Amino acid sequence: MTNKAASRQRKEKACKTLVMLCGLLIIALVIVIALFLVVNGSGTFIQYHHSVFEFLFSSDWDPSDTPGVGGGKVGALIYIVGTIYTCALALLIAVPFSLAAAIFLSEISPKFGARFLQPAIEIFVGIPSVVYGWVGMTVLVPFIAKKFHAPMGGYSVLAAGIVLAIMIMPTITTLSADALRSLPPRCKMGALGMGATRWQAIYTVQVPMAKSGVITGVILGLSRALGETLAVAMVIGKTRAFPKGILYPTNNLTAAIAADMGNTANGSEYNLALWSMALLLLILSLICIALIHLTLKKKKEY
Amino acid sequence: MSDNKDKIVVDHMDLFYGDFQALKDINLRMPEHEITAFIGPSGCGKSTLLKSLNRMNDLVEGCKITGKIEIDGQDIYDKKVDVNQLRKQVGMVFQQPNPFDMSIYDNVAYGPRIHGIKNRSALDEIVERSLRGAGLWDEVKDRLKRNAVGVSGGQQQRICIARALAVEPDILLMDEPTSALDPISTSAIEDLAMELKENYTIVIVTHNMQQAVRISDRTAFFYLGEMVEYAPTDELFATPKNPKTEEYITGRFG
Amino acid sequence: MNERSTHARSRGVDHFMTGIFYIVGGSAILLLLVLATYIVIKGIRSYYPGVMGFTDAGIGNQLFNTVYLVVLSLIVSVPLGMAAGTYLSEYAKQGKLTEIITMSIEALSSLPSIVIGLFGYLVFILMTGAQSNLLAGAMVVTILSIPQITSTTRDALRALPDDYRTGSVGLGASTFQTIWHVLIPACIPRVVTGIILVAGRGFGEAAALLYTTGQSTIIDWSNWNLASSTCPLNPLRPGETLALHVWMMRTEGSVVQHSTEIANISSMILVIAVLVFNLAARLLSARIVKKNRGA
Repeated sequence: MTNKAASRQRKEKACKTLVMLCGLLIIALVIVIALFLVVNGSGTFIQYHHSVFEFLFSSDWDPSDTPGVGGGKVGALIYIVGTIYTCALALLIAVPFSLAAAIFLSEISPKFGARFLQPAIEIFVGIPSVVYGWVGMTVLVPFIAKKFHAPMGGYSVLAAGIVLAIMIMPTITTLSADALRSLPPRCKMGALGMGATRWQAIYTVQVPMAKSGVITGVILGLSRALGETLAVAMVIGKTRAFPKGILYPTNNLTAAIAADMGNTANGSEYNLALWSMALLLLILSLICIALIHLTLKKKKEY
Repeated sequence: MSDNKDKIVVDHMDLFYGDFQALKDINLRMPEHEITAFIGPSGCGKSTLLKSLNRMNDLVEGCKITGKIEIDGQDIYDKKVDVNQLRKQVGMVFQQPNPFDMSIYDNVAYGPRIHGIKNRSALDEIVERSLRGAGLWDEVKDRLKRNAVGVSGGQQQRICIARALAVEPDILLMDEPTSALDPISTSAIEDLAMELKENYTIVIVTHNMQQAVRISDRTAFFYLGEMVEYAPTDELFATPKNPKTEEYITGRFG
Repeated sequence: MNERSTHARSRGVDHFMTGIFYIVGGSAILLLLVLATYIVIKGIRSYYPGVMGFTDAGIGNQLFNTVYLVVLSLIVSVPLGMAAGTYLSEYAKQGKLTEIITMSIEALSSLPSIVIGLFGYLVFILMTGAQSNLLAGAMVVTILSIPQITSTTRDALRALPDDYRTGSVGLGASTFQTIWHVLIPACIPRVVTGIILVAGRGFGEAAALLYTTGQSTIIDWSNWNLASSTCPLNPLRPGETLALHVWMMRTEGSVVQHSTEIANISSMILVIAVLVFNLAARLLSARIVKKNRGA
């Protein structure tokens, strides 16, 4: 009897240890991923003695592809600017649209919204990025070329911005709508009770009160846009030059990594510079998380 | 009891939420410059009636009203009535203080601004007058730029009253305005209500019968969607005519 | 008085803005409908004989690879994720460790998939010296899926009423017996809904697989020797997935015959898969709601 109890206890403990190990595995994964990226990504600066300043702020890009031989140039500014440019454009398009969609979902027509708009948004999330890229390439890019007479046949910052905007719209909409819904109704009633119209209540009282949720959504959307790869790669034109305007092609961090990593020799200056770009992406996405935490910390309870 | 003329007249009014009848054949006249209290157990319809007086029930889906509610002789459910104008005329203070997430000044100036006043000095004047009216001016005059969400509950509620006064309403509806407050803040609000009736007509919903006795001129008792009894407050509490009223005010139910 | 005109204007603006919101909401739905219809029609019109075949001219092999890869990844990610979720909900105490795990989940789920793909490339390909293979791709998709399966399981368990626990423990069951026999079965529908959505994501993933699964597929459907690199079921052979195939058709479009048609049809299949996965998840959660109402 005691034997049985003891064995049962052992089993109980084993199970607990097992599930705990799975929890710890997640921590380990993050640490290992970060570590590998840091080790590889810092090679540019340690092994090949480039300065971080050169990497971030120079646009001279001509790394050597022979392992052990340095002396090239690793200025990634064009890729960084490409990333910033496309993401900024995507936010510019997506934020107003998403906020309006969120207001529609939470305030204007919750029933219709829940029945049609919500599922539509979920499907938007599910569509694979290559499909967005493919449609962008076969429909949007020719359209831009024809309508705006863009150089490079329409491959452009604009095309990338639009594709990204569609891809991050669901994130921003969902989080903003949640933030609006979670406000206590008495705030809205207060405004309406003063004789404010629905729109006045929304923009003077409700949206300002939901701002931390909206900001969280925008940052999360931004972090998705920063890391999106193939959809952007398919429409951006992959041209290593600063874009002269939104109708011009350029290149960004993710597209450059995706296109070039496989063509470089492992451990070469070129290869490690691409790893540094991946490390930069990791840092950017961690910064986004930190910003979200900061926003939520400042959030007030009403 | 004064002979003030009737400000609000409710005439054979029924209210439905979908198939459910929440108010049954309500008839009630509330005179100017008096405080009328609505009492009764939870779910008796007293808050519903209050919200009908500035058409906040319009916001509830499936809410339908028959009969008439008149303010100054005008049917407020008439198609021609401007709801925004009506709600300006009939201010409302809620159960939970609900200051907006903006400065004290902007909270009080909120109403005048949405009703079209932009002139800065005019707004300054309104804010001061309203905060004085709410008995709050001396406490907050040096920190008008502070966020209203950060002050105490009692002050929040008085900011909300000031906010309601700022649009110069004739009528002030108060929906259990002290139920979320401590006793000191409660008595400040009660004193304020009694001062305000000089210039306003006040309707207050309360769970607290002592409060009704302390401040109101007339009291209406509601039960299961019906108005059981309506009389001058001292009369209703001293010699209730209906046995239900007596049971309620002596604390046997509700 | 001018107050009347102020109100009239406010009401005008209110109507105008309401119109705007309807237009935005409607156009989002319309955009999806147009997009989906366009992709499907384009896919159907691109049909040519042999496209569904298991040869170089068809996409049968890629479709098979995709399904196989998702299955392989789920075999690993589902137990791991559910275990981690169970730990967070049932064992972990409020404290530093739980906080760190939660933060790790958050960090992992926000990492760009290309970054995780590179990590997989480094660990599963470069460090093992293996050729590109399906298993490496499946492991990368596993890493991408674990955060969501973990948090879905955690939330589903937490949503269960405490009666389930006290009732079972009161009968003398141990914590783990309670979890295994009572709690997990009770939250299975919700977890499965989450898993369907995760599978959907794996189905369309491409960036993370760029350097892990390889970009070629050579399968001999008569070869069932698992150790052979042309055996369909050998997880250690290269295996391009459907989503990756769309990407390839674009970069190497000129080389392959029918490349545009292949990309169109593949896109159609991917979109239809998304719709099916979403519909399945939706039906399942609708059933949960119904069941809970009935209870």
